[in-house]
Amino acid sequence: MSAISPSMAPPMYDREVDPKNYLKAGYGLSSWLLTLDHKRISLLYLYGVGFMFLLGGLFALLVRTTLLTAGNAEAFAANKIWVSPDNYNRFFTLHGAIMVFIVIIPGIPAALGNFVLPIMLGAKDVAFPRINLLSWYMWLIGTLMILSSLMYGAVDTGWTFYTPYSTTAGKAFAGMIPTVAGAFVLGFSSIFTGLNFIVTIHKLRRPGQTWFRLPLFLWSLYATGLVQVLATPVLGITLVLLLVERTMGMGFFNPELGGDPVLFQHFFWFYSHPAVYIMILPAFGVMSELISVFSHKHIFGYRFIAFSSVAIALLGFLVWGHHMFTSGQSAVLSMIFSAITFTIAVPSAIKVFNWLATMYKGSISLQTPMLYALWFMWIFGIGGLTGLFLGTLAVDIHLHDTYFVVAHFHYVMAGTIFVLFGGIHYWWPKMYGRMYSEAPAAWASFLLFLGFNLTFFPQFIMGSQGMPRRYYNYADQYQIYHQVSSAGSYVMAAGMLLMMYNLAASLRSGRKAPDNPWGSNSLEWHTSSPPPLENFNGDAFPGDPYDYHNLEWDEKIEGFRAKEPLIRPARVAAAH
Amino acid sequence: MTQWIASSGLFLAQWNRDGGSMMLPPQNSTIAPSIDWVFNFIFWICIVFFAIIVGAMVMFIVAYRRTPQRMKATSDVTHNTPLELGWSVLPGMLLVPIFWWGYDAFMDLRQVPADAYQVKVWAQQWAWSFEYPNGHQDSNLHVPAGRPVLLTMNSSDVLHSLYIPDFRVKQDVVPGRFTKLWFQADKPGEHNLHCTEYCGKDHSNMNAQVIVHSTEDFPTWLANADPLSKLTEEQVKEWLADPDAFIKAHPEFEGLEPPVVVGKKLHKKKGCVSCHSLDGAANTGPTWKGLWGKKAHVVLEGGAEKQVEVDENYVRTSILYPANQISKGYQNAMTAYQGRIKDREIMAIVEYMKTLTEK
Repeated sequence: MSAISPSMAPPMYDREVDPKNYLKAGYGLSSWLLTLDHKRISLLYLYGVGFMFLLGGLFALLVRTTLLTAGNAEAFAANKIWVSPDNYNRFFTLHGAIMVFIVIIPGIPAALGNFVLPIMLGAKDVAFPRINLLSWYMWLIGTLMILSSLMYGAVDTGWTFYTPYSTTAGKAFAGMIPTVAGAFVLGFSSIFTGLNFIVTIHKLRRPGQTWFRLPLFLWSLYATGLVQVLATPVLGITLVLLLVERTMGMGFFNPELGGDPVLFQHFFWFYSHPAVYIMILPAFGVMSELISVFSHKHIFGYRFIAFSSVAIALLGFLVWGHHMFTSGQSAVLSMIFSAITFTIAVPSAIKVFNWLATMYKGSISLQTPMLYALWFMWIFGIGGLTGLFLGTLAVDIHLHDTYFVVAHFHYVMAGTIFVLFGGIHYWWPKMYGRMYSEAPAAWASFLLFLGFNLTFFPQFIMGSQGMPRRYYNYADQYQIYHQVSSAGSYVMAAGMLLMMYNLAASLRSGRKAPDNPWGSNSLEWHTSSPPPLENFNGDAFPGDPYDYHNLEWDEKIEGFRAKEPLIRPARVAAAH
Repeated sequence: MTQWIASSGLFLAQWNRDGGSMMLPPQNSTIAPSIDWVFNFIFWICIVFFAIIVGAMVMFIVAYRRTPQRMKATSDVTHNTPLELGWSVLPGMLLVPIFWWGYDAFMDLRQVPADAYQVKVWAQQWAWSFEYPNGHQDSNLHVPAGRPVLLTMNSSDVLHSLYIPDFRVKQDVVPGRFTKLWFQADKPGEHNLHCTEYCGKDHSNMNAQVIVHSTEDFPTWLANADPLSKLTEEQVKEWLADPDAFIKAHPEFEGLEPPVVVGKKLHKKKGCVSCHSLDGAANTGPTWKGLWGKKAHVVLEGGAEKQVEVDENYVRTSILYPANQISKGYQNAMTAYQGRIKDREIMAIVEYMKTLTEK
């Protein structure tokens, strides 16, 4: 396939490469905190995001535990529970703000994307390694700012910061100020990552690595980057206006100061709806990798999948008003937003059908990353289809701001966490050169899947029955649904612990990973596990990432071997 | 036919009262059946597509599982453009009627019949107040059955949203503008009304009942809803001076209660209860227990501080123009009740507050 013969290709390195793997390329704290290596920055993100995911999960468990019984208002008045209404409101706000801004938005792109994007392209690193590190520090600063809100009464506005509640002193707690400022800084982190990825994909593709030979994960990261770069500044501006109104009393959104609260909702959702695609598109990309590799069959309909990512990214900018059907926006606007919302169902459906067609007549291996991919098909099937209810005008009027919406967006956005976990299990051997134990990993994934459905499926029923969201105190008729839901959250917590223990154990006692344990033909699996500091001990000659004819199973190394290597010894410059 | 399909499935068996189902609450407005019809149609589309997706997934896993004998895929096909166009366009066609029916029912929700009975709605943290054409304000929404009702809504502080699940209606209540919502209840009964736009600490307690009266009973309810409003100024003075004697002497004011009882009810009805406790517990505002007659330390507009005795004037000013004098240590968080409470009601509250201070 390759149009460029080895002898014609320009040399990748002009000096001998350091054959040591990137984990051994430096030691000590500063070798991590000052690293410019995209792989180390990826791990910084992975552990940062992972820690914050546990914290956000802890707040979710507090929410679910508070909701175990109906009638919390009386129970609190009688000193039977310690969670006050204010504390409950803080819990769900911190859960939402952490999970959206700190965990899911950077999750797959910055943690997994950072690791594999340059290797998949055949590059040494991203285009701007320093900006890459800066974006992690922006993430860290933004995260610390949001956490610092805990010292100012925390934040109780919901992650949406709706005005005028959020901007009126004496109503929302002052912790709203550092939280919003933190979200602003996190926005820059996101913009930097997106910009870096776009430029890297444009400029650092290895000769022979054409657009239509990019692994689909990169198409999805490219589409995500576009949304990050174009939409996030609007969030930044909106958050600045919010802060100026709150701290200086300049009226933008508060009618008492001459503003309009519905304007804030337009600004907010103009970013935050595309942000849903910042979260889901990278997950779609990882899905395409997992489904093809573990079916050992060429991805079906590469171009449809690639272009559907771009279509989703662009259409995603035109649907924000579907969050506002009850807000008082005009009927004409609502009609237009509803119509465009339905069109976005098409590219999403295309992906699912293409994944299924990829499995057809494949050779399907149910290893842990594939299990996560299959769980996601189930979860996203439900999450995507229930979007039809919410895009439909009259039906949304009934369901808006009920638990139905909560269930829907968890099936979509929290569903992406399954793909993140699938991706972690997929690339873990590449990151650390160790295999984890398969059985506990599979059981953990099953516990997470079971717990997830127990938690969120009952929320569809209670929501369409009329249970409003963000309720501390609720009526008896919904108690059974809440109890099943809370029980599910504990099952998920158990699955999380098992998963983390298993991965941690692999670092100590896992068997050494072969270069290509799963049988993928994209470049990262042709370099060593873990890769050297500059990714390849030689020049990379990318082929079709989904062509499996070049691979054969080798029992001795318990991995796949390339019949014709894609990494060949570098031509070292004569001057050296 | 489609109606029958939609209501006869396993999940949608009519096991609940009034056309409700496992997924949906009872249908008690004229609009509810047409919205539920769209809901059920989408529901079955979802069931079918979900079954196709998961069914195919499970079949492929079983049929094409990797074994030592079956290490390679048995097909090399990489794409099939007609097939892919087909599964993009055909399901897309299904979306058109869903959109249209949803839009159609939505326009019914937006087009208010000309003869609608009008009720004003005042929302505040964390209480509803429903005002009738005769000036009566109630903390529950009373409406006649069989007649369209138009709510014209305003909020005095933050966003709220009025939601009646059994009627399938919801509309945000926005400060600085009036929003409208209409419905027609089908028959007498009681339904829950919730706030569904997060509004702070007691968001989940911002509930009310919708009480649907029959067309004949509604005027009677309204006429007798507020006996206090029928008294002349002179009669109010007599009622305050000697309640028991006045009530005995005037049986024509059916349901009239003594000021202390009226004041206690107003504490709840007017939403005071959200912020002012009766048992001494601190809340968003000062407790009423022991408040009457004590010296209050207040911060005036502009920042000066002052000691004031809590008397009729203090209570009246605090209710009508709370920002004028804020109790020290509290935020300026209270809604001004100017125009939303009558002087005779304030006097009833005063009488009630007097009973909360031990002599």
